Amino acid sequence: MTTSSGESYVLEMDKITKSFPGVKALDGMTLKVRPGTVHCLVGENGAGKSTLMKVLSGAYTIDEGRILFKGNDLHGQKTADTLELGISMIHQELSPVREMTLAENVFLGREPSPPGRSGRFFVHFRKMYHDTKELFDRIGLPYDPKAKMSTLSVAGMQQVEIAKAISRNASLILMDEPTSALTDKEVDMLFKQIRELRAAGVAIVYITHKMDEIFTIADDITVMRDGKWIASGPASDFDQEKIISLMVGRTITEVFPKIEVSIGSDILAVKNLCGKGFRDVSFSVREGEILGLAGLVGAGRTEVARALFGLDPYTAGEVFIDSKPVTIRTVRDAIAKGIAMVSEDRKQEGLVLMRSVRENTSLANLRQFAPGFFLDGKRESEVVADMIDLLRVKTTNMNTPVQNLSGGNQQKVVISKWIMGDLKVLILDEPTRGVDVGSKSEIHKLMCELASRKLAIIMISSELPEILGMSDRIIVMHEGKMRGILPRGEATQESIMNIATGASQRIA
Amino acid sequence: MSATTQAARKQFSFAEFHAKYGTIAIFAVIFIVSLLFVPNFSRATNQMNVIRQMVVVTLLAFGVTFVIILGHIDVSLGSVLALCGCVAAAAMKATGSVPLAVGAGLGVGLISGTINGAIITKFGIPAFIMTLAMTTVARGSVLIFTGGRPITNLGNFEEIGNGNIAGTPIPYSILILALFMVVSWILLNRTKYGRYVYAVGGNQQAAIASGIDANAVVRRSFLYNGLLCGLAGVVLMSRMDSGQPAAGIGYEFDAITAVVVGGTSLSGGRGTIVGTLIGSMIIAVINNDLNLLNVHSYWQQIAKGLIILVAVTLDVYTKRART
Repeated sequence: MTTSSGESYVLEMDKITKSFPGVKALDGMTLKVRPGTVHCLVGENGAGKSTLMKVLSGAYTIDEGRILFKGNDLHGQKTADTLELGISMIHQELSPVREMTLAENVFLGREPSPPGRSGRFFVHFRKMYHDTKELFDRIGLPYDPKAKMSTLSVAGMQQVEIAKAISRNASLILMDEPTSALTDKEVDMLFKQIRELRAAGVAIVYITHKMDEIFTIADDITVMRDGKWIASGPASDFDQEKIISLMVGRTITEVFPKIEVSIGSDILAVKNLCGKGFRDVSFSVREGEILGLAGLVGAGRTEVARALFGLDPYTAGEVFIDSKPVTIRTVRDAIAKGIAMVSEDRKQEGLVLMRSVRENTSLANLRQFAPGFFLDGKRESEVVADMIDLLRVKTTNMNTPVQNLSGGNQQKVVISKWIMGDLKVLILDEPTRGVDVGSKSEIHKLMCELASRKLAIIMISSELPEILGMSDRIIVMHEGKMRGILPRGEATQESIMNIATGASQRIA
Repeated sequence: MSATTQAARKQFSFAEFHAKYGTIAIFAVIFIVSLLFVPNFSRATNQMNVIRQMVVVTLLAFGVTFVIILGHIDVSLGSVLALCGCVAAAAMKATGSVPLAVGAGLGVGLISGTINGAIITKFGIPAFIMTLAMTTVARGSVLIFTGGRPITNLGNFEEIGNGNIAGTPIPYSILILALFMVVSWILLNRTKYGRYVYAVGGNQQAAIASGIDANAVVRRSFLYNGLLCGLAGVVLMSRMDSGQPAAGIGYEFDAITAVVVGGTSLSGGRGTIVGTLIGSMIIAVINNDLNLLNVHSYWQQIAKGLIILVAVTLDVYTKRART
């Protein structure tokens, strides 16, 4: 428990490496947590924070490195073992059993048994409710242990999760962006609870990328980037600018095939658009323009895109196409107005995986090939073959099921599905996620080509180099609001991240 | 027929081979074994009998193929068929007109299909529950309507099920079957609607995100399914030359078995009309074998249960091999 420097740690993660096929998610990552402190772990989207937590909670096993928890080597431990040792995790997306009572959730998997021979078989409900009541009273939760989980708000469920961790005598609690679904008042309550836990000697690893939270709650800070350890130290050693420059401090080596296109007039404009997860969003996108939408995960970018494409409703605001007001209620409305979207989850919303390349490519535009009742299969084949050539889709033939294609080629099929039609605005949500380097560059080239054909493109991306490399203008969102518009020349990784983390804002 | 074989020729793997040719190979083996070892199987009269007998279930199977490709199910086929057939018989008795009788039978099928589709899409009720309710409602209706007694003395109504095309040995019922096989194949392979059936069944979310009105596709499919159910009812009652209110019990099971044996996936997105035809032929030949071999009907039920079990296991297995 004591290292050579004389400091004592409850948790020591040393030179942790974890690879997935094609990606090194953790690369020699180090994290040392002192008991009774709040340790903020910061990093961009995809820096490896969640992987590190999954390693710690036993969900993943590491390739290399060493994890010591209270002096125990955690190598090869399962989730149940790490729970037993005193590590609890509060996930970003809570998954309680909604139809069970609070007490049943708290004691899930370790229900108390009544005394006696037959005890193992039965649940000692009286003891379970009694113990839960005692626990809630001790930490000041006003809930009835017999209430169903589904009656609580997200904040309430989170409090119960924390109570569960306390009842397990956790000495280390991992919290993954715990405030992402909370109101300001609920955040205050959470922080109060965290301070009490800290006073009781519990260590907390707190993952966030919200600057104000870091400086409110952190004792120590560790910054990571691309799976690597970047810096650690007491919170007093850091300020906002320093953290942001450490988070994004990579040099951009990737070359983007950006072509300058003469930009025309507004095609799509939105005014004060509001909906679930975003409010008062106003922007326009012009002929030949690639508009980047930057922000952290959960900033509301995808929600705006889904509303524009008719997948989710917007509750207020106006949408204009070619300066004429339009109403978009369904995907069919959006398509009729010339708006298309390549969704971030292509397997869920982009493709019918078991069907062929041909069927997927023509799916949204079958009307082209069937003016009457019958499909003109020959013309369809010709157009699909052209698309396969144009986008260089690697497939045995057009009757191959899409599920047999690589991620990059699948993405090309989704894109070709839309550009086959009569299109004005193409929304791309994380267009190169899970795509190999070669296809990535081809997709970027294609975007430029489409822009030069006067298409307006809105690109959502969590990769700052991609946003900077491809966009003509960049909109930065933070917590459902637009916080900045940056022209291509002025945007830097730091300026975007400053706005995205809520440290500053800039509406040009 | 060409679409399935063409697709298979272009790419080869065991899973694909099973999906495309597996059922044909199984049929061929069963047929040859039957020819060699089952007494009287090869007789022309027996062969004709097998074909006549499979018409009703195969018509049901063609319709429900659309529903199953969508990932839905229809367990009401047998009782809706009885209702349609008895209404047709009653109309025949009342008017003496075969076209009116057929129209009445098909009309009832269309109505029941409309109700199934509308309630499933409007309220998001699982198709299994909706059609389960339809099963008892339709059976109850036909028993009330007929008073539980067969409708007889139907004039030349039996021509549809038992008659031959003038001057040929070809029965009308086989002509009807062939016609609706072609119609079903064209709907599924040569129209926008058919593509949408596969897309909605394969991934409804992606279909909606491609601008497809998924609910309309579901409603149309239950409508077509209802139409074929009505037709099957007319053919069956005509063959029996009476309206039998208790007819058709368990036919939905035979039809669904034929569809699944024919390679259509119960989880949706995959399936062919040719496959369903072959699946239906397999069931018909096995039924015929069991009869010719004097296997007791109780044992026949066990055999049918095992067949559907093997077919679904193969489906799951090939799907695993594919991904």
